[in-house]
Amino acid sequence: MTPETSGTQAFAAQYQARRDALPGGGLDWLTDLREMAIARFAEQGLPTPRAEAWKYTNLRALEKLSFEPSTAAPTVGIDSLPSLLAAGSGHPRLVFVNGFLRPELSRCDGLPDGVQLEGLGALLDRQPALAEALLTGMAGSDDLPLMALNAAMMADGALLRVGRGVSVEQPIELVFFGAAGEAPLAYHPRLLVAMEENSQAALVEIHSSLGDGVTLANLATTIRLDQGAQLDHVKLQDENESAFHLASLQARLGRDALYHGFGLALGAALSRNEAAIALDGSGGHCRLVGGYLMHGSQHCDNTTVIEHKAPNTSCREVFKGALDGKSRGVFQGKIVVHKDAQQTDGHQLSRALLLSEGAEIDAKPELEIYADDVKCSHGATAGEIDHDALFYLRSRGVPEARARALLIEAFLAETVEQGVPEALREPLLRRISDWLGVARSGAQD
Amino acid sequence: MLEIKNLHATVDGQEILKGIDLSIAPGEVHAIMGPNGSGKSTLSYVLTGREGYEVTEGTVLYKGRDLLEMEPEERAAEGVFLAFQYPIEIPGVANTTFLKEALNAVRKHHGEPELDAMEFMKLLRAKTKELGISGDMLKRAVNVGFSGGEKKRNEVLQMAVLNPTLAVLDETDSGLDIDALKTVADGVNALRSPDRAMLVITHYQRLLNYIVPDRVHVLAKGRILRSGGKELALELEEKGYAEFTQAA
Repeated sequence: MTPETSGTQAFAAQYQARRDALPGGGLDWLTDLREMAIARFAEQGLPTPRAEAWKYTNLRALEKLSFEPSTAAPTVGIDSLPSLLAAGSGHPRLVFVNGFLRPELSRCDGLPDGVQLEGLGALLDRQPALAEALLTGMAGSDDLPLMALNAAMMADGALLRVGRGVSVEQPIELVFFGAAGEAPLAYHPRLLVAMEENSQAALVEIHSSLGDGVTLANLATTIRLDQGAQLDHVKLQDENESAFHLASLQARLGRDALYHGFGLALGAALSRNEAAIALDGSGGHCRLVGGYLMHGSQHCDNTTVIEHKAPNTSCREVFKGALDGKSRGVFQGKIVVHKDAQQTDGHQLSRALLLSEGAEIDAKPELEIYADDVKCSHGATAGEIDHDALFYLRSRGVPEARARALLIEAFLAETVEQGVPEALREPLLRRISDWLGVARSGAQD
Repeated sequence: MLEIKNLHATVDGQEILKGIDLSIAPGEVHAIMGPNGSGKSTLSYVLTGREGYEVTEGTVLYKGRDLLEMEPEERAAEGVFLAFQYPIEIPGVANTTFLKEALNAVRKHHGEPELDAMEFMKLLRAKTKELGISGDMLKRAVNVGFSGGEKKRNEVLQMAVLNPTLAVLDETDSGLDIDALKTVADGVNALRSPDRAMLVITHYQRLLNYIVPDRVHVLAKGRILRSGGKELALELEEKGYAEFTQAA
């Protein structure tokens, strides 16, 4: 059985064409890694709904477009940089256009000792040995075909390494712009996050577009949290509505490590956030919270697999979204409790508001439990806006459209309150109310 | 102010109101009393335009306009207010936000400038003080986790903030202990004025000791079967509704 499709062939051909021009071409280990990855990708193929993990998300649309690989950051002017942090806060940030770092827009100064933040291209030039150790150690799962494609094609990206015991006070922001002209453009950025023992940091990702061109961001993130390390990871996906955003994330948590992931998806024609989290050490905790607001024919997929491999580990997952028009949401959440992972505490919840007849949510929660002393639950709800609450607001004079917006906003604001550090909440809440066309009440105080 | 003529209404295809006639002038307080299931709450929802309550016959004029033609928010903006028997919980919307949204929507409707956060808080503080409402109740999500008494006080607070012309109070006394009842009644009485009318719906006479009505109507089986002065309430308290619930 060969899953080969024209999409698989097209991406494999792109690799062949780009191979010699990819960064780190002189590094044998990297060439080997890329070759193995493309072979693995070709073997599995561009995912189709025949694969269980892709049952509800179809990438057929990708095959109709002939994507060109991004080869450099265009020198387009950027008027303003989106940020979740106060202007003038001087926080560290890296800015990427079409997957390539724009150093003149980035700043890495002011970081504490023991913190390394830099572009992946630069790292390959400067510290190939370190790059090798990190990339071979954190290449990512072979089972995720898009991560394999990323490993083959990655040209730039970011490394964040926080040394033992170091706390980074200011959040670190990564801004990704897609900027395609007439021809659809694909890029494959790679993020490596290595948090050493008892280190602590907050990482913010913003994905946005310059113009209306069609882009494919095939993002791969690999995260390692050593014992006692903590990472807050906040992502805003706000790309234009012809964009494709495919993100694969893999995180491994050591003993007592904490990973708090949050995603708000507003943009893209099709987006998928796939997270594979392994709780390898006892006491590890992972919290994944996601919100999405979709309309038109947008499609947003959140797929997570959390593996409890050690005792006393816990996870909390909450995904909530509002779907209007003919948009579609997908939530697939799997919690696997391995045999030795006693006293696992895992909870998962998916809630969707369907704002129109044509909107659809597919929710598939899954528990796979091999230990006997565990506490696990999951739930999924889908429904219309609360008619009683709507009438209550209207009976107080609030016009219907505004009342609906307030209720949707409240529904989604909860994800921000549950999943985001306080300092980063306001801009996300504002994005939600902007999307809904609601001036945020209290914003002027 | 309010002219109800031959009002018939159905819920789920079943006729609940079977020809109501009622007329309320500015400054008056009318009480509607009646047994359970007589159509008291249906009347309040028909007046405020709730989904699922269908008027099949009759007219309702409010300040000379056809009330039934108006959307719920327009009725509210024009001064019709319903204090709910079972106030609705709205998770995620702070009570203050709710009140401010409501007041500014009504102000906007009348072409008045919206209040900014400072001006609004000043107004709100004055009102909450009068009603003995804690700041905590304002910060919490609308009615979420409120006790029965808190919910009812919150209704009266909304009424005080929105300053309606016609207030309909649906079983505002239910679930209140005597102290809470007094607080709520004081709040309502403070709003009595020559330009404002009130329709107090209640099963028991008790509330009418505190909010003394000008007229009392008995609603049973979807019709007003008797009307009288405030002494009618006392009579009902004594005799009960038996004579109105017998087969006609």
